[in-house]
Amino acid sequence: MRFETVIGLEVHVELSTRTKIFCSCSASSFGAEPNTQICPVCCGMAGGLPRLNRAVVEHAMRAAMMLSCRINPVTSFDRKSYFYPDLPSAYQITQSTAPIAVDGLVEIETAQGKREIRIKQIHMEEDAGKLVHDMRDGLSHVDYNRAGVPLIEIVSHPDLRSGEEAQAYLERLKTLLRYARVSECEMAHGTMRCDVNLSVRPEGANVFGVRTEIKNMNSIAAIRRAIEYEAQRHVDAIERGDGTLVPETRRWDEEQGITKSMRSKETAGDYRYAPEPNLMPLAIDDGWCARVRAALPAFPEVKRARYTSELGLGEYDAELLARSITVSECFEEAYAVCKNAKEAANWVLSEVLALLNAKRMSEDDLTLDGARLGELILLVLDGTVGRANAKKILAQMMEDSTLDPRAYAESQGFLICNDLSLIERVVDAVIATDPRSVSDYKNGKEKALMALFGKCMKELKGNCDPLLLKRILTDAVNRI
Amino acid sequence: MNGALKNIALDEMLLVKGTTVSAGSRMLKGCAALFDSAVAEKLRAMGVDFGVRARVGEFSIDLLGETSADGALVRDGEIRSASAELLLQGSAEACVGLDVNGGMRRACAQNRLVCVKPTYGSISRHGVVSVVPSGETVSVMARSAGICREVLSALVTHDVRDGTSLSEAQCARVRESGVMPRRIALPTEMLCGIGGEVQAHVETAVAMLRASGAEVISVSAKALAEAGAAWNMILCAELCKSTARYDGVRYGYRAEQYETLDELYAKSRGEGFGTLLKCAILYGSEVLSSENYERLYCKALRVRTLVRECFSRLFEDFDAVLTPAVSKMSYTEEHLRADAFFAFRENFYTAPSSLAGVPAVVAGGVQLIGDSFSEGTLLAVADVIERGRAHEI
Repeated sequence: MRFETVIGLEVHVELSTRTKIFCSCSASSFGAEPNTQICPVCCGMAGGLPRLNRAVVEHAMRAAMMLSCRINPVTSFDRKSYFYPDLPSAYQITQSTAPIAVDGLVEIETAQGKREIRIKQIHMEEDAGKLVHDMRDGLSHVDYNRAGVPLIEIVSHPDLRSGEEAQAYLERLKTLLRYARVSECEMAHGTMRCDVNLSVRPEGANVFGVRTEIKNMNSIAAIRRAIEYEAQRHVDAIERGDGTLVPETRRWDEEQGITKSMRSKETAGDYRYAPEPNLMPLAIDDGWCARVRAALPAFPEVKRARYTSELGLGEYDAELLARSITVSECFEEAYAVCKNAKEAANWVLSEVLALLNAKRMSEDDLTLDGARLGELILLVLDGTVGRANAKKILAQMMEDSTLDPRAYAESQGFLICNDLSLIERVVDAVIATDPRSVSDYKNGKEKALMALFGKCMKELKGNCDPLLLKRILTDAVNRI
Repeated sequence: MNGALKNIALDEMLLVKGTTVSAGSRMLKGCAALFDSAVAEKLRAMGVDFGVRARVGEFSIDLLGETSADGALVRDGEIRSASAELLLQGSAEACVGLDVNGGMRRACAQNRLVCVKPTYGSISRHGVVSVVPSGETVSVMARSAGICREVLSALVTHDVRDGTSLSEAQCARVRESGVMPRRIALPTEMLCGIGGEVQAHVETAVAMLRASGAEVISVSAKALAEAGAAWNMILCAELCKSTARYDGVRYGYRAEQYETLDELYAKSRGEGFGTLLKCAILYGSEVLSSENYERLYCKALRVRTLVRECFSRLFEDFDAVLTPAVSKMSYTEEHLRADAFFAFRENFYTAPSSLAGVPAVVAGGVQLIGDSFSEGTLLAVADVIERGRAHEI
């Protein structure tokens, strides 16, 4: 008998807003001391009231649009109750009745071709705190810095059919959400988490088999491994026919490469969902949607196609430029100023990315002002600054995004000299100090001219068009 | 506020920075209030003394405060309200507190005091120990309608920190003075269950109102009589979630002996909470359980809509609705021994306006309910009743 694996994914994504979803505590607790980014609201103290962060809604709207979802005109919040020390109010404010978006889809591509995976819904919710279990003193400690950090949960329909598809789906989600600046989507940092719902059925059947949930995968590769293991476990159990396959939540053990039955903290308790009375339902009108949509970037493949077809760039370069939103925007801004796609592409791909790499920075950290890069490129193209010096200017611009390339070039003496009389004076002066090279050249040694050339260029601090200098030098030497 | 008021008592449901927030419960005894409630902020800014605190029953869901962790206030076998005592003794000119289950209104009805429970959302709930967020309303009690009016005008403002706060325009309407109403409805269903003394107060009030030129007309308003059951469900459902955070993990009472996490929760809450509150929590959990959610909670929400519609229809023809606020003029420990849940039956009279969020004023031992933002009108009635009572005495 041939079996088909049926998979649905619940992905939690941490939004990259500045503050938490229901209070104004900082949402980025990277490296912060425990319990330093908290307040009475996110800590469940008496007297605090939640207030909805508008930026969270807009991040969720952008996610919904990137995933082709329908945004609900009215969205509201509910309380989901359970007791656990990392949940300060003993309920999570989430969305159950009226989530912000429904009915979307994501296109994935695998070795088997392209498929559309339907998205059931996207909803906003708050994250819980973090529990740390200290082995030494046998105590568990709670850090509430993460409590109240905004999340969206993206729930897919059970349309996925393999670990490979799941991987493609997650990577596509990551690409799109990073593109729209919704989230970093980095599983290693905990900004994207995924639970797998899996069942197996005979190929062609139209009822679902026994479903298990798998948690605790820390990377996209681990998710693929977990799916492949669990699907086989289901098949084996079905073929044995011994009734060992039961609906349950299982924990992925990365070391052993297996799933284990889990006594879940939320062991199918009744969450007793009820509306959150402190937050009024939110109306999302067409005007708001239009404004958010207008600021949304095109999909990466749309940009890639535009770069090749409209701007004449090669496939490889277009792909690299379109891959990250920061890089593509830097390129587009530079192009808008210098109007030369090939130059802009070269500078971004060869110089800017190299500088990022050297500083071990990621593309997300790019702060370079693309328009100013465009200005720099123009300075090179119109002969105002030499390429070598332009690279030095770029290095400075990477440190300081407000740097004006022309002003900086002036201050550093990088401006190319077009003053003929000055060049002639320099040439004459160099010739006067080195009659030996002059006579060597006149006696047939070409290299001697190069020596003179080098000295002149050094005097001019490299700020001279080489061809112009050569011409003036040659003329001057020939006159002797 | 013209500065005439010097001292106002705040009940234990409102946070005052630098003091403790106990909410009448052993669970929170000794816990520090981390910040000022919006009310305390306002009073502090006005230089009013609010150092006097009024005790409340555990999370203010009881009759008059008898379930306070500090014990019931009993005089001559009668259960007394701490806020009412403060006013009667002259220790404070007014008392501001949270009307959760009608306690403040009952206290005023039994003691010839004046109480205003304004339109839901009038006074910010920032810094209030929340119990039933969709219905709890910061309210004012005092010896006269004039003082209530003054305190309201100082405290009713929009607050961005409270998502249910009325807009500034709506707040302005709440603060507006009003005129004596022409037509007052007297729903017969609401006269159910009252004793002789209360009956007398109602009749006196009716006579006074008629003497001042208003029509008082008996009507039938069946929906109002159903409000109590729905209110109890919503109150307990929201309460079980609002009090879930008090679990002994981060602050508050934690049991000394426990082996597991579950025991920590069960014992801390079991020992830290009083019986009435625990019953309310269990009832609320039951109402919200997946088996009962549609059948009970959603039904209660629909009854809420019906009660609101009933009030709307009444206010098309009438300017105010007159009802009792209590069934008898004093409660004794006997009453409680006979019926542990008396508070959840006695709220029959206060539930309709709690459920619908419309304002209610208590004066002369009776309750006047008005349409949203009609506090001015209701206080005008309270003025008339006060004048009438003054002549009496």
